[in-house]
Amino acid sequence: MSPLHAKLLRDLWRIKGQALAIIVVIGIGVALQVMMSGVIASLTQTRDAYYQRHQFAEVFAGLSRAPEHVASRLRAIDGVAVAQTRLRGLALIDITTRDLPINALILSLPGGAARPLNEIMLTSGRMPEAGRLDEILLLDSFAKAHGLGPGDNLRVTLNGARRQFEIVGTALSPEFIYFAAPGELVPHDARFGVIWISRPALAAALDLEGAFNEVLITLVRGARSEAVLDRVDRILDPYGAPGSYDRDEHPSNRFLNEEFKGLTASARNVPPVFMLVAAFLLYIVTSRMLQSEREEIGLMKAFGYTDAEVGGHYLQMVVLIALAGALFGSVLGVAMGRLIIPLYAGFYKLPFLLFRLDLAAFLSGLIISVGVASLGGVVVLRRIFRLTPAEAMRPPAPPDYSRAGHVAQALLERFDQPTRMVFRRIFRQPWRMLGAVAGIAAGMALSLSMLIIYDGFDEALTRTFEVIDRSDASVSFTAPEPYRVIYDLRRLPGVMRVEPVRNVPVILRKGRREFSGAITGLSTDAELFRALDADGAPIPLPARGIVLSSTLARILDAAPGDVLNVDIREGRQPEVQIVVAAISESLLGSPAFMEIDALNRALDEPGRVSGAYLSVSDGDEAAVHAALRDMPRVVGVSLRREARAAFEVIMDQGAGSARFIMGLMAFAITFGIIYNAARVARDERARDLASLRVLGFHRGETAFVLLGELAVVTLAALPIGLLVGRFMSHMIAAGFSTDLYQIPVVFAPRAQGMAIAIVVGAALASGWLVKRDIDRTDIITSLKTRE
Amino acid sequence: MEPTSDRGDVPAFRASGVTKIYGEGRSAVHALRGVDLEIRNGEIVVLLGASGSGKSTLLNILGGLDRATDGDVWFRDAHLTAMNDRALTRYRRDHVGFVFQFYNLMPSLTARENVELVTEIADHPMSAAEALELVGLGARVDHFPAQLSGGEQQRVAIARAVARQPDVLFCDEPTGALDSRTGRAVLRVLQDVNAKLGTTVLIITHAAATAAMAHRVIHFADGAIRKVEVNASPAHAEEIIW
Repeated sequence: MSPLHAKLLRDLWRIKGQALAIIVVIGIGVALQVMMSGVIASLTQTRDAYYQRHQFAEVFAGLSRAPEHVASRLRAIDGVAVAQTRLRGLALIDITTRDLPINALILSLPGGAARPLNEIMLTSGRMPEAGRLDEILLLDSFAKAHGLGPGDNLRVTLNGARRQFEIVGTALSPEFIYFAAPGELVPHDARFGVIWISRPALAAALDLEGAFNEVLITLVRGARSEAVLDRVDRILDPYGAPGSYDRDEHPSNRFLNEEFKGLTASARNVPPVFMLVAAFLLYIVTSRMLQSEREEIGLMKAFGYTDAEVGGHYLQMVVLIALAGALFGSVLGVAMGRLIIPLYAGFYKLPFLLFRLDLAAFLSGLIISVGVASLGGVVVLRRIFRLTPAEAMRPPAPPDYSRAGHVAQALLERFDQPTRMVFRRIFRQPWRMLGAVAGIAAGMALSLSMLIIYDGFDEALTRTFEVIDRSDASVSFTAPEPYRVIYDLRRLPGVMRVEPVRNVPVILRKGRREFSGAITGLSTDAELFRALDADGAPIPLPARGIVLSSTLARILDAAPGDVLNVDIREGRQPEVQIVVAAISESLLGSPAFMEIDALNRALDEPGRVSGAYLSVSDGDEAAVHAALRDMPRVVGVSLRREARAAFEVIMDQGAGSARFIMGLMAFAITFGIIYNAARVARDERARDLASLRVLGFHRGETAFVLLGELAVVTLAALPIGLLVGRFMSHMIAAGFSTDLYQIPVVFAPRAQGMAIAIVVGAALASGWLVKRDIDRTDIITSLKTRE
Repeated sequence: MEPTSDRGDVPAFRASGVTKIYGEGRSAVHALRGVDLEIRNGEIVVLLGASGSGKSTLLNILGGLDRATDGDVWFRDAHLTAMNDRALTRYRRDHVGFVFQFYNLMPSLTARENVELVTEIADHPMSAAEALELVGLGARVDHFPAQLSGGEQQRVAIARAVARQPDVLFCDEPTGALDSRTGRAVLRVLQDVNAKLGTTVLIITHAAATAAMAHRVIHFADGAIRKVEVNASPAHAEEIIW
């Protein structure tokens, strides 16, 4: 081994503490990137594989009723590979533990098909026996949520008749990965059931013998779904078909895609912030480390080593550290990915899992860390190379503080010598100190923004479920009802207030942009559910015009005064033009609001409501639920507290869950930065500290000189960290916001206090570790050698 | 003892009007104020002066470690003051060895590796073991600087400096950090190197006693040469009284 290589390895060993801190910080930045992109790549591939293995259909069409022979016409469409028919109905499940019935979808089993589309996967029990009309399968997640399994009985209201079924098995299906009950924003396992039953049994119950009311289609490779959709619609139109749709519009797939999009956005936008902080720290540390090698660099040049040779040697050191960081990060990222992906897979109900490392994420992390480390190295080396070897070998001349010094001098007179040493060093080497301050501030900003994000998630829930929605329950009807149903509801004992709502599915268009969602019609004096502006004040709904949520306004690029083309997907499906009246602030979904009468006028259906918001007096919930259960027109009742709980689950286990790991990593980075600052200061001052001990200073007094410096630097970093954290939290909040929910940035004093506590805590811990080191160091050794 | 010369009449160094000013304006320090000097090949020359007299600055300029503000320096036929960084590096690499007051060994390298650090980039070096044998450290080649005494460290530094058989050896206070007995041993090594290898040796010191071993003694004060003494019969290093 050449002496330069030996030197390299031994120097690395010498600065191992410092190197380790850098490796950890870079590693975390890279790990986050590798983990998040690995999670996305794995989930996406798993989903695709699941869809493929279970033949998830590509085109779906519902209809009222068509004779089975119509299916052969569908199969003849150019581009259709397989078309399978089935029966589909709505049912209500009575669960004894709950006083409200639960909506369910009931589907016919494919029977004899060799390769059924949307093939289910049995997770327990067995398939219903052919000819047994009372045996059913239940959706696995729903069964689990209610503690049901094979052998249990289920009471179901189907087509107006109450029936009892026996559960013989539970199953997963690619078409029910992730979906919400009708009228609800987010999925909730317990709130919506899926039942599979033999086709003859369902046909009898629904009066659909020899007919079908849903068709599933797969396409031949390369076929365009638009053309097929068009043909399908034309064939099925006479049979009461509202329109076929492809996978993009399939509720479960669409929801899953939204979630993956949210996850991708936070994977793409948040880790770079961490990398940025890690890279910044790496730059500071590298330059500071090389600065302290100045004399050795001068010496090597004195021996006749060229700049390139010396530079190469030190860059090797820096790059090795960066490489170690990147490698550590990849290993950590993969390990964490392997830990976290099963949780996601469980949450998204994927039956199996393909783990995959995203090579691009690893490479970009590697390139960034090595690049930044080299840059820091080159910048410092160039500065050192500008010096003649004679200058480089001398300790750097103290900067001229003769003028600024007077002020400081007067100030310093008040302090004892050790305190003066602390301040002098800070004044003498302001750039070095500023570097340390900036590093700590960056770490703190990261921790603070993660804490702000935590608060933002809470705030999104609070604003949605306590400020915007103040009802106890919302009721939806089977079909739009005349207004008098509101009076019926008001008469129920225990109901304090009822407000009408009209939800209409629409496609909103402005220019080439479009959004398929719903318009919510509310009354002008609504109090239970309101449209609020950015300041939280209610927006009075105008007699004409539409109020868009800010998310929707962004999607459509619309502002007040713009006219939208509204394609109403209900009733006679008219197309109308509506002017944008105002923009509301909404953190959940992308709603649009209209005054209910104005909406009904646009639909030409005056006095209709599709649901209602209820406020119920305490203690009367059970009675009200029982009454609602007996109202035949009520198709669904959703409780605000259940909706909130469902949202919490989405935020804590779905895309938002990454925030917990990211928070931990932010805290780890913060600690790494502070510990590193303490280590570097100790290394640079080992000799001074030993001299102080020789002069008769106690250990505590000696440590004060060093720790005092750390304290001053940490204190100086606090206000900067608070400031930068505010800025950074906007970037991270944007990364965590999905189409489903927005994360607001709120600067709660608690988050700021916590961030300060984390930094101060890390400083105390680092100080203690370094002091322990100083106490253990032999004075003579420190005096004799560097380090 | 006669100086051994392999270059006939061309002197090892010629300097004329060398000045060096540190800083600017009111805070400028004149380290050298027009130095004229000639050093012959194979000489042992001692530069004697109080600290701050400018002798280290002169040595740094002759050794190609620093640049003169004004004036000319030639090494044999090469115009040092006209060289760029690359040429100066080449010059240091091919012709010069340094010994510093505080040894300046790489703490992370053993004695042998410290020597090899230099022999690795030399054209015709002696082996590290040979160089360490020359300074009497053949038995301690695998020790780290922290395991060596001050005198031993300085002898490693000398081994490092002579291992690549330089034409000139620059020694800045080589005994400054050593006790008298160790100091004498170090000086004897320098004298041996001069005698055996014909290396020109330039020693800076503020200890007047060292002057006894020189062929010539140059007295330095306030950035200028005050007096040059020729020593007809240089003393053996062992005879020097501290």
